[in-house]
Amino acid sequence: MPSIRLENISKYICRDVNLEIFNKELLVLLGPNGAGKTTLLNIIAGLTHYNGSVLFDSEPVDKLAPSKRGVGYLFQDLFLFPHLDVTSNIAYGLRAQKQAQNELQGRVEELLQLMKIRHLAARYPKHLSGGEKQRVALARALVLSPKVLLLDEPLSSLDMQTAKYLRIELKQLQKKLGITTIYVTHDLAEAEEMADRIAIIQDGHVQQVGRPEEVFFYPINEVVSDFIGAPNILRCDHCRSLGQGVMEVDCGGLNIVIPDDGNMVRRIALFPRDLYISETKPPGPEVNRFKGTITSIRSCGDAVRLEVRVGQHSLLAEVPNHIFEDMDLTVDKEVFMILKLRRIKVYEDRDRG
Amino acid sequence: MKVDKLKKLRPGWGILPVVIFLAIWEVVARLNLTPGQFFFPPFSTVVGEFYYLTANGVLGDNFLSSLVRVLIGFCAGSIAGLAIGMIMGWRDFVHKALNPIISLLYPIPALGWLPLLMLWLGIGEALPITIIFICSFFPVLYNTVTGIRNVDKDYIRVARTLGASDAKILTTVVVPLALPNIFTGLRLEAGMAWRVIIAAEMVAIPTGIGALMMRAESLIRIDIIIVCLIVLAVMCLSFEKFFEYLEAKLTTKWR
Repeated sequence: MPSIRLENISKYICRDVNLEIFNKELLVLLGPNGAGKTTLLNIIAGLTHYNGSVLFDSEPVDKLAPSKRGVGYLFQDLFLFPHLDVTSNIAYGLRAQKQAQNELQGRVEELLQLMKIRHLAARYPKHLSGGEKQRVALARALVLSPKVLLLDEPLSSLDMQTAKYLRIELKQLQKKLGITTIYVTHDLAEAEEMADRIAIIQDGHVQQVGRPEEVFFYPINEVVSDFIGAPNILRCDHCRSLGQGVMEVDCGGLNIVIPDDGNMVRRIALFPRDLYISETKPPGPEVNRFKGTITSIRSCGDAVRLEVRVGQHSLLAEVPNHIFEDMDLTVDKEVFMILKLRRIKVYEDRDRG
Repeated sequence: MKVDKLKKLRPGWGILPVVIFLAIWEVVARLNLTPGQFFFPPFSTVVGEFYYLTANGVLGDNFLSSLVRVLIGFCAGSIAGLAIGMIMGWRDFVHKALNPIISLLYPIPALGWLPLLMLWLGIGEALPITIIFICSFFPVLYNTVTGIRNVDKDYIRVARTLGASDAKILTTVVVPLALPNIFTGLRLEAGMAWRVIIAAEMVAIPTGIGALMMRAESLIRIDIIIVCLIVLAVMCLSFEKFFEYLEAKLTTKWR
């Protein structure tokens, strides 16, 4: 399987994009709608003209037609051929390449087994559920044993449960086949779950590339930080196990209790949307509850962002508009903050800071 | 089992209104409830005349003349419409080049060409066949172009990433997906071809069902005219139903 390099790629919103995708890795292109993610996939697949160069294993493929690039492409809306049954959909690429009938049958059978859709072989797409369609489309994309797999928001049309299940399967399949894969999504949680590395793309520019924890704990600029939810990153000075599967970490005077999985904690990320604000002292033990003072209030779409000073830290919290309207929150007012134990993101491996 | 049998019988009930209509027709004509019995023969007389015209071969000969004209004109017009429509729908530059001409010619009714064709081709077999050709060509062409241009471009991109050539994409993806549109054209024009041939034969051709109707009109033979109209109705319906069946056969599984 090849590594892919994009050199100075320009097309539509994308301007001078440089990006490297390693051999056999799953890179997630993460960004909002209209950021240029699908354009980059189309460029790699050779479906559109572009400026710059695409290299597979250091060999330029710019002059190669889509069919010669060895790319499997799973489109966002799948686009299963409605007039062909599942078998014929999967076999389409082989027929187009004029493969011998017995080889064709063998390969289709192999994919039906691999994707666990043997029982759907004779059905037409209109009789398939969303998840089944997704499997068939993936089998069709894999039929020519592509060197590179491009997945354009393949799970966006599925319900949450099916999408979660298929994400796990897709990741396992990608590792099993060892196929270099680029996965486009605008969903942060999906990116985190799937990615070996994440490339954050906004307005046609690759803002940051790195392992998920690198992106979350070391956002390179405000654009990335905003996109991933503007987390409050706290450096941990000490940590101590409390038993019962939890540990206490000291972050510059703030003692925070987090789940304990036995590793040293270097940094923690608190997402503004996961910080509760209360005007009165919350009931319960004084764990992960802090008193602070509001230093600024600003509107942010359907929520309001509050900057709250707690000790030496300035933490960002987010309150949905409809809740904010029911509260009496003003600058300099004292409030209480509550952290959700299971929503604290933890960076354990290494520290660059 | 009983339910199945009942279901099988159900289509038979559709004939009931027709039977009632024919019975009323028979009674009204027999009882001379209309002014002038020559102008409104009973249904039984029409059936008798149908038998007589069939037995002596007059109906058969004229029907065959019309049928051959319709089949040749319709098939040639449809095939040409399909072929040119496919090229126009697939290639933008051909569409840009031909569309203005087609848009100009398409609204002209097929019979509007008759005087011109009578002068160009003379009175002969070529005339009705050409009229039917024109009648079938433009709608099939128009519907084929529309069908092909409406196929989502992403299906084409998918096929392209799977290594299909342009010809393969056209024949295995685009045309099958355009079939519903193409069939709309074929179905409508299959019936229209019969309407047009009858009109053309009435005006300019001495043989065929239309010509037989004109001869019957001059002899005040209402029964023969009604026989011809029934034949015409059955043929229009049969042609339309044939294409409906063909469309269902080819597309119901996946639509």
